Parts: sequence; structure tokens; C-alpha cells
Amino acid sequence: MKPLLEVTGLSKHYPVRTKLWKFRNLVAADDVSLTVQAGETLAIVGESGSGKSTVGKCILRLEAPTSGHVVLDGQPISELSEVEVRSLRAQMQMVYQDPLESLNPRHKVGKLVAEPLLLHGIVSRKEVRKRVSELFHLVGLGSEHIDRYAHTLSGGQQQRVGIARALATSPKLLVLDEPTSALDVSVEAQILNLLQDLQRRMKLAFLLISHDLAVVSMLADRVAVMYLGQIVETGPTRDILASGYHPYSRALVSATPVDHPHQRKVRIALDGEPTSPIDPPQHCRLEPRCPFALPVCREQVADLKQAEERRFTRCIRFNREHVNGSWDPDASVQPGIAKPRAG
Amino acid sequence: MEEPATSMLRSVNDPLRPGVNSSGERVLSIEGLRVEFRLPDESTEVLCGVDLTARPGEIVGVVGESGSGKTVAALAVVGLLPSAAHVSGGSVRFFNENLLDLDSRQMRAIRGSRISMIFQNPRASLNPVFTVGRMLREVLLVHSGLRGRKATVRAQELLADVGLPDPSAVMRRYPHQLSGGMAQRAMIALALSSSPDLLLADEPTTALDVTIQHQIIQLLLRLRKRQNLTQIVITHNFGVVAELCDRVAVMYAGAILEEAPVGRIFEAPGHPYTRGLLSARARVEQSSGIRSIPGQVPELKNRPTGCSFHPRCEHARDICRVSTPRLESSAPNHSIACHRWRELAQ
Repeated sequence: MKPLLEVTGLSKHYPVRTKLWKFRNLVAADDVSLTVQAGETLAIVGESGSGKSTVGKCILRLEAPTSGHVVLDGQPISELSEVEVRSLRAQMQMVYQDPLESLNPRHKVGKLVAEPLLLHGIVSRKEVRKRVSELFHLVGLGSEHIDRYAHTLSGGQQQRVGIARALATSPKLLVLDEPTSALDVSVEAQILNLLQDLQRRMKLAFLLISHDLAVVSMLADRVAVMYLGQIVETGPTRDILASGYHPYSRALVSATPVDHPHQRKVRIALDGEPTSPIDPPQHCRLEPRCPFALPVCREQVADLKQAEERRFTRCIRFNREHVNGSWDPDASVQPGIAKPRAG
Repeated sequence: MEEPATSMLRSVNDPLRPGVNSSGERVLSIEGLRVEFRLPDESTEVLCGVDLTARPGEIVGVVGESGSGKTVAALAVVGLLPSAAHVSGGSVRFFNENLLDLDSRQMRAIRGSRISMIFQNPRASLNPVFTVGRMLREVLLVHSGLRGRKATVRAQELLADVGLPDPSAVMRRYPHQLSGGMAQRAMIALALSSSPDLLLADEPTTALDVTIQHQIIQLLLRLRKRQNLTQIVITHNFGVVAELCDRVAVMYAGAILEEAPVGRIFEAPGHPYTRGLLSARARVEQSSGIRSIPGQVPELKNRPTGCSFHPRCEHARDICRVSTPRLESSAPNHSIACHRWRELAQ
């Protein structure tokens, strides 16, 4: 089946002035390739600075990628002009992290949802209120909220308005950028359930950008783990969360807090913090922090290689040792004991 | 440093007060704390009778959603409430001194010295125009009278203690030159520089990535192990509670609804709100069908009558709408503020 969204070799570099006449490249996204099928959820997970939001913005052409191709439903987004992209945006919409920041405070929320309807000529002015009310109903908001301003709504209601607005143009793809991380626990669950329900009913495809593995495990079919601009591992959500192949995936899963005070977890501690994304090295980018790193990790280029059906990994040691069966990361890490830290 | 001799005395237990455990010395004991926000035309009660204790070496978690009053409670302890806020009742005993009786000069001698605080956004709470070293040396001079070479050595020790590699380089840096995790470590080093008896941590890991969050949790646990540092950790994240805390108080709309040892909260939560929160968490092991709590956190100026959780509670009865439940002891060390906890426990 042809995927709904196909991204190949997407890179985004930002020039950074380091000295008066000297510019260096901040590599926010480096050779990112991914696909999303219709009705599927792909999650991009990673920590701050991993480039996951940059990838989302480049796909929607909110940022122009430095190189690479983005094809949505057969249309080459990355090759179209700004004007042509505008009409295509109806098919792909974004839901933002902070609902209040992303809603214009000077307009009533009903008008905010009506705007895309009129802009894309989806309904006439006469019918617009009826359609807005339908959209509000779809996301679980009563029509009495149409004439309110965003700041008078609660966080959960604001995010529902953000979702209603994104759905106004009947998109095929929604990019969800940390859709619940600004919300309270009890409200987060409501929004997650709403998103799941909408996906089922409308056959929506989601590109979920998140650092929260619990949210990812609820919504996503497949996961792409990013570290310093690169995808280091992709695979089905269950497999990555249960047994990631790349040390970074494992570290990320193991750093997530336990669900219960009596639960014990195998912890893989990464030393220090991510290295600079400015002119990153060609070899494995995790190497300075990786508890499994060998000298070979500095010498070779780490490529994303297929490990098995639907699973790809960018780890030199894994890709070399997995073939002959000698890769056993658990053998070098004892449960509950983190690698001693430097300093 | 001279310490008032009275601080060595134990605080007096009141056996009639529910929710207060009966044995042992207390570092902090908050009783019936009420705080109002007063505006010219209206006044809103933000805390309506909060009880909380912390024993030496204990890490107490305060969990709640936004607007539950957990930060206001912490600010009331250190006397940093905004000017519109007014303490209208209760007491805050630190060892056996009532902090609410102190004037601002006496409070300054305790705040930042015997009680320290760290915040959610470390870079915003450090002074951007001073280097880490200068801030540390200033605190060391004010609280311990150290200066010159001695202060430098002590500052380096403190930075090394919180796991910052190359302390002398970190001392020369400004806050914006530190990553989030490093800034939080520097913040903790500053908080520890006066060897406090109590550390208040307000969402200490919320702004950090998970791998860094894990490092900071390990650091806080190590401080307890090494120095027996008493900590009150305010958070909305039950995962952080599960990893870090000994005891948990669950707050909602300005009151504590349940308090228990951490294992008990997770295994036998008694209050419908605690149960709701625990099952509303998205968890890695669970793929679908989390149960959300209907409705939303009430605005404090329109606090529901009776039990403030009743509009969202599936077990609410008439009594919940009219009468405010008090914290009752349901088991040793476990108290619940719910009219129906006995029936619901079955």
C-alpha cells in the first residue's frame, strides 16, 4: 500500500554565527526518512533538541527543509511553491502543545474554528455556524462555548478547540506536537481518549511528536526514536518499549519513572547530557554518553540498518553483534544499578 | 552559626488531630493552614485547612493538579506569599518555632539557610547576570561567613557533591551557559550551601527531559541517604512520587484529600480522587482505555459546596454536596477526607 505520507532524506540545517565571520551548521534534522500510512499513528520520540519538532514543521512546510522530499498523498509538498502548499494544508493540520498560546486571544473561539472553514471555502458564510457547532460537538464541547474567548476556557477545553480547528478542513494527517504535555493528569486522559476516538471514527493518520512514552504507548502504532537530529531506531511501539535495540531507546525507556513504587527497573544511565548539535560528528552521536560504546563506535559511520522486518537500528555494535547473536546489552547492566557517574 | 536552643525540643503532638501521626520528632508540621487571596472587591480562600508533617530524613510528596494550592502551601512555609495573599489561620511549625509568628527579619534568617527551596525552572530562578561561582560565594558568605579561598573550596565541593563534573569551570559560567539539568544541579548546590534542615522542591524535574529527570531523582535520593535531608517534593507526576517519596499527600482545590505512605497510596488508594488520578495516568504498560476523571478542576472562587470534588465524583451523595469532609484516619498513617471512604473501601 502506498503510504499517505512519505518523507525521504529530510535535513534541516540552521546557520549559527560562532565568530564574526564564521558560520557553522546547527544540524536540527539529519537525513530523516519515515512513512505514515492512512489511519496510522507514527510517534517521533526524543528529548529536547533531538529535532522532533523540526521534522514536524518541515513536513507541514512551516519551515523549508534544507534537503529531502516530503510527499503527502502523491503530492510532492517539498517541491511546491508557497501558494500551492497553502491549498494542500487543508489535508494536514497541526495541534500544538500550548493551547492558549496557539489560540488568538482577541477572537471568540467559534470564530477561530470558522476561519479555516471560510479560508478554504469549505462552507458558505450562512452555514458556517452550524458546521462550527458540529465540530464543537465532535470534540465534546457544547455550542454554548462558541461565543467565549480562549482565556475563559480551561486547559482541556482550549485543547479541544485546538483539535476542532485542526479538524475543520477534514485533514488526512494531523501532526500532534506534544498535545497533552501542558495539561493536568485528569484532563490529559480525556484528550488522549478523544484523540483515539477521533482517529477510529475518521480514519485519521497521526504524526505524534512527544517525549512522553506513556502517551506514545497509548496512541502510536509505530515509533521513531530521534537523537541529535537522527532517527536512531524505528519499529512497532510494543517492540521498542519492551526491548529497544538501540542503547538510546533503552535508556529512554529505562529513565521513564516507574508506575508503582514496588516496581523495579533495569536502568541504563547515560553519562552527562547531549553533545552539541553544531557540526555533529560523522560517527555515532550517542558514543560520548553510551555505556556500551567501544572504540569502533568512533571509527565507523553509524547507518540506519534493517534488523528485522519493520525494525531499523542505527547502532554499530548492535548491527554487528546482532547477526552472530552475541549482542546482549542486559549482560553488562545489572538491574537497578546505574553505571557509576563521572564526577 | 548559633541556633536557638529551643529548636532541639520536640513539637507537641495533638492526639485529637486526625491526619497527624503520633510519634517522632517533626522537622515541619503544618496545621490547619488557611490562606486567602484578597482583592479590593473579593477574597478567595486558596488553602482551606492544610495539615502536613515531615519527619527527619523523610521525603514527603505533595501531589495535585494545577490550582490545587500545592505551591501556595510551600510559599506560605517560607514566607514568600505574594502580597495579595494573607494567612488567615493555622500554624507552620519548623521544629518548634511557629514560622507564622516571625517577622520578616527573623524569617530571612531561616529561609535560604535552614529551609531551602528549588523550583521548576532552574534557569529562571538563577540570577542571569551573576556567575554560578559568585552566587554560591554570596550564599556562603551570608549564611556561613566563609570568604576568599575557603569559600571557593567549599563552593567547588558543593558542585562536585551534586554531580557536576569540573566544578571550577562551572563556577565561571553564567546560568544561560548551563543546560537545564546542569542548572538544576547548580540550583540544588545553592540550596544545600547552607546545610538546610529542610528542602522544599517545587516540581524539581518537570522542565527536564526524562533521562535528566532520572539523574536529578537519584541525586535527591542520595542527599537523603548521605545527609538525612528532609524534603518536601511538590509534583503532579505520580511516577516521580513512586521513585522518590516515602509519604504522599494528595491535594485538590486547596485541601488535602488523602495522605498515606507511598506504597499504600498506590495499592489501596481510599479517596475517589486519588483512585481517579491513578487510573487516569497514561502508562507505558497500558495501551488503551485509561479512565479519565470527568469535568475539570474547579476555579477557587467558585469552589463547590461540601466536598470540593463532589461534582466530578461518581460516588457523590447528598451529604457530599452540603458537608465538607475532614481528614479521618482510615488505617495507621493513612487518612482520607471523604464521607464515604468506609463503604468505598469494601
